[in-house]
Amino acid sequence: MPTVSVGRDRLFQALGRSYTQEEFEELCFEYGIELDDVTTEKEVIRKEKHLEATTVAGDSEEVIYKIEVAANRYDLLCLEGIARALRIFIGKEKIPVYSRREIPCESILQINVSKETSQIRPYVVCAILKGVSFNGANYNSFIDLQDKLHQNICRKRTLVAIGTHDLDKVEGPFSYESQALKPQDITFVPLKQEKSFRADELLEFYRSDLKLKKFLPIIENSSVYPVIYDKNRTVLSLPPIINGAQSAISLRTKNVLIECTATDLTKAKIVLNTMVTMFSEYCDSKFEVEPVGVVYPDDRQFEDCAPEGAFKGKNIYPDLAVTVMDIPLAEITSPIGVSLGVAEVIRLLEKMQLHASLNAANSVVTVYVPPTRSDILHPCDVMEDVAIAYGYNKIPKTKPKCMTTGGQQPLNVFSDKIRGEVSRAGYMEVLTWLLCSHEENFAMVKRKDDGVTAVIIGNPRTSEFEVVRTSLMSGLLKTLKHNIDHRRPIKIFEAGDIVLLDGTRDVGALNNRRLAALCCNVTSGFEEILGLATRIMQVVRKPHEPANADFIRPSNVRFKEPEFFPNRQCYIVYNGKQIGCFGIVHPEVLEKFGIPDPCSFVEIDVEALL
Amino acid sequence: MAEESILGFLQTNEAISDSQQFAASVGIDHSELESVIKSLRGFEIVDAQEFQQDQWFLKDEGKTYAREGSPEVQLFKAVPPEGIAKEELQRKVTPSVFKLGSSWAVKKKWVEIGRQGVSRKVEHVEDKIQVFLQQIENGKVVDEKDLAELKSRKLIEYKPLKGYTLRRGPKYVSKRKKAATDLTREHLLRGDWRDLEFKEYNLSAQVQPIQIGYLQPLLKVRDAIQRIFLQMGFEEMPTNNYVESSFWNFDALFQPQQHPARDSHDTFFLKVPSSTRELPEDYVDKVKHVHESGDYGSMGYRYKWKREEADKNLLRTHTTAVSARMLYKLAQQKSFNPKRYYSIDRVFRNEAVDRTHLAEFHQIEGLICDRGLTLGDLLGVLEDFFARLGMLYFPTKFFTF
Repeated sequence: MPTVSVGRDRLFQALGRSYTQEEFEELCFEYGIELDDVTTEKEVIRKEKHLEATTVAGDSEEVIYKIEVAANRYDLLCLEGIARALRIFIGKEKIPVYSRREIPCESILQINVSKETSQIRPYVVCAILKGVSFNGANYNSFIDLQDKLHQNICRKRTLVAIGTHDLDKVEGPFSYESQALKPQDITFVPLKQEKSFRADELLEFYRSDLKLKKFLPIIENSSVYPVIYDKNRTVLSLPPIINGAQSAISLRTKNVLIECTATDLTKAKIVLNTMVTMFSEYCDSKFEVEPVGVVYPDDRQFEDCAPEGAFKGKNIYPDLAVTVMDIPLAEITSPIGVSLGVAEVIRLLEKMQLHASLNAANSVVTVYVPPTRSDILHPCDVMEDVAIAYGYNKIPKTKPKCMTTGGQQPLNVFSDKIRGEVSRAGYMEVLTWLLCSHEENFAMVKRKDDGVTAVIIGNPRTSEFEVVRTSLMSGLLKTLKHNIDHRRPIKIFEAGDIVLLDGTRDVGALNNRRLAALCCNVTSGFEEILGLATRIMQVVRKPHEPANADFIRPSNVRFKEPEFFPNRQCYIVYNGKQIGCFGIVHPEVLEKFGIPDPCSFVEIDVEALL
Repeated sequence: MAEESILGFLQTNEAISDSQQFAASVGIDHSELESVIKSLRGFEIVDAQEFQQDQWFLKDEGKTYAREGSPEVQLFKAVPPEGIAKEELQRKVTPSVFKLGSSWAVKKKWVEIGRQGVSRKVEHVEDKIQVFLQQIENGKVVDEKDLAELKSRKLIEYKPLKGYTLRRGPKYVSKRKKAATDLTREHLLRGDWRDLEFKEYNLSAQVQPIQIGYLQPLLKVRDAIQRIFLQMGFEEMPTNNYVESSFWNFDALFQPQQHPARDSHDTFFLKVPSSTRELPEDYVDKVKHVHESGDYGSMGYRYKWKREEADKNLLRTHTTAVSARMLYKLAQQKSFNPKRYYSIDRVFRNEAVDRTHLAEFHQIEGLICDRGLTLGDLLGVLEDFFARLGMLYFPTKFFTF
């Protein structure tokens, strides 16, 4: 869940009133966001100081609210978005109408795309914010939003990369190209640098840059690098790495060109929409965005072009189209469980930025989903918004009418009974991790990995998470080691699953419920463990089975289990199958785990006893 | 025996003024007497006043000489009137006697050691050292000047001597009854428990903990929550499959393929087995279609859905993967019956472990499936559930599923 940091006072100013912290938390809760943390500007900078310098000048005591928002609400990733949503929610503002400036087709600035870009980043969308007034606060907000979007929907710039430029410092028409020639032929002065770099040098240069080095892999292995040029071959940007210094925006910028290069066109449009809807409030013509046309030399031209109208066959962005959804009134109100009249529904929808009207003829509500609400995919999303606006706490709580009977899984009932028995025998139950290191699962218990037993993790953070356990032994031995100073005897047990590879299952692996117990004392405790194993076999005995069925069989020397002491180990046999074994733990194993006293251990396949 | 002698003596006498002397007189080691005195004192049978006297004691070396004679005298005795060769003399006595004895004997001018050998200078000598040592051993006083040599040769040391003055105590008895500690089978059989005195128990002493078994606290909580579900008519889902495919864990739950949660830094993907072997193909087609172009009223995500992504195996990040499987199974049935499902089981997230995050934890999940269910019903069920746990509050949060 993304967290957005906003200055409290700026936020309250935008909301038009002050709130106490409790009042504000209340408001957030109602809307569906959460005030996660309250800190100060100073704190924030202090924490980030060891990273590169932020763009904030001077440490201040300004109170910062950290607000957590839902991961699919791109319209809430900046102060402007949150303030606007809340103002509309409390009825202080009407839903803005975002529009594209009407200018004749020939005057629309164009960006021409080259063929080779389809190999690396096929799509680009652009828009212009005209007559913007930046100040310190909203400028930072502008930069921060790009960062947030890059982290979220852009998947760290791999899907979409945003570039923002001072339109007055460059000249259109623009071109988005991938050099068919080598990256060495791209030269420009990148942002924040003084001297000019070749593109390949630049990538090397950024290898040591904490912030930028993680984006290098996106293009470094390609033979073509994508570049955006203006009419005079000034480099605007080398997406997704860095913009050019020439077109850099500053506090004095009045006209902003926003370009988003991407591998996913849908997301690029959402990103562009988010940028312009959020910041067009600072344009001299509020909420109006100037369009840019994208011209592709190939089939890409027809993937998203306008099907009809003045711009038929062309790709004009931003696509601020409002999505229209026709939803029967009942489909909105019944799933909530309240009966609301259509006027009420429309009023509630307005609070959530969803303009709606009634089609009286057939009680269908027509909802106009603005470009800021790309999260609305289905009528149930509209229903949800109505419920939020109504207030979840006001919805009458009813009970489902269906009659069902409860029950537990037989395996769990059985294993709970066994757990009860073992604890009554004086053993302490423990719960250990399923994930362990390769060494703990194999080498430390003297077993070899045959490659067809254990599930292996592909991306462990540390060695603690390398494999999924195939026995409960390591977990118990580790637990014992960490509690080795306990009074003797130490008797612990665990009933839990191990995981084994299995070619007959759809996923290729299965769980197996095991029971294991460990007894540690100054003497080995073999009789203890034997006694426990005997007790378990007795309690699971079916009524028709003879009371003293022979189920212990000494480990055949040829098949002796390496983790046990030789000649002090036995198999447990049930219905002709070996379902468990027990014995004295081998001293080498004890040594590897750092246990100074002798131990006995038993492990049984509980599922086989069912 | 020591106890008898003390108690016996006190029966007819007022007091034992010096326990050291008493010990010597009855021939008992004082340390043995001392432990008896302490025990009797503990039971208030005797009253013991401690005193301390400092006096001279023999050190180990001194005790040896008291017994065998001083080394110089021993050496002297080993030298015959006619004299003796050094090597022969060395063979006759122990090395320490030779070393110490010869140096002292020479100092006292009793012998002469030259190149010809060792010879007597006087006719005969008196072993004063031995005499004095023995006197001290026997507790007799020795003159200061005589003590001088003994002191300088470190044969004696000045130590405090502890002793007791004993009198009859408030609970004095001439013969102590042996107090029994525990009531045993023999006592019952013999019937002598009536006559025996039983020792006082110190009931405020810390007791030896008994050996008991325990159930794990987290599992006890799981049990309590499970009971709530069962009381509300929920059926447990079979969740004993930790390995899951991305399809059931993400795709079937409408989580888009480029969603950050599917990142390798949030999910444990598997090296072995890396891909799932089998998926229900007709269902896969439907899921793919909805992701790519939407359906059933949804606009979908409009991206290119990849089968390889869905095939990737992982350790499940939520038990909702099992819920998805259950719903699919339910949908395959001929006729529909409403169902309530629950599960409480382990899930895995590839997170950095810190104060509030673990890589493995348990998740509680509940599911009700019926026609005409409303949000109000959900809130009602949650209210019931949490009320049984003792909590009542509702945030407006949702997760995109």
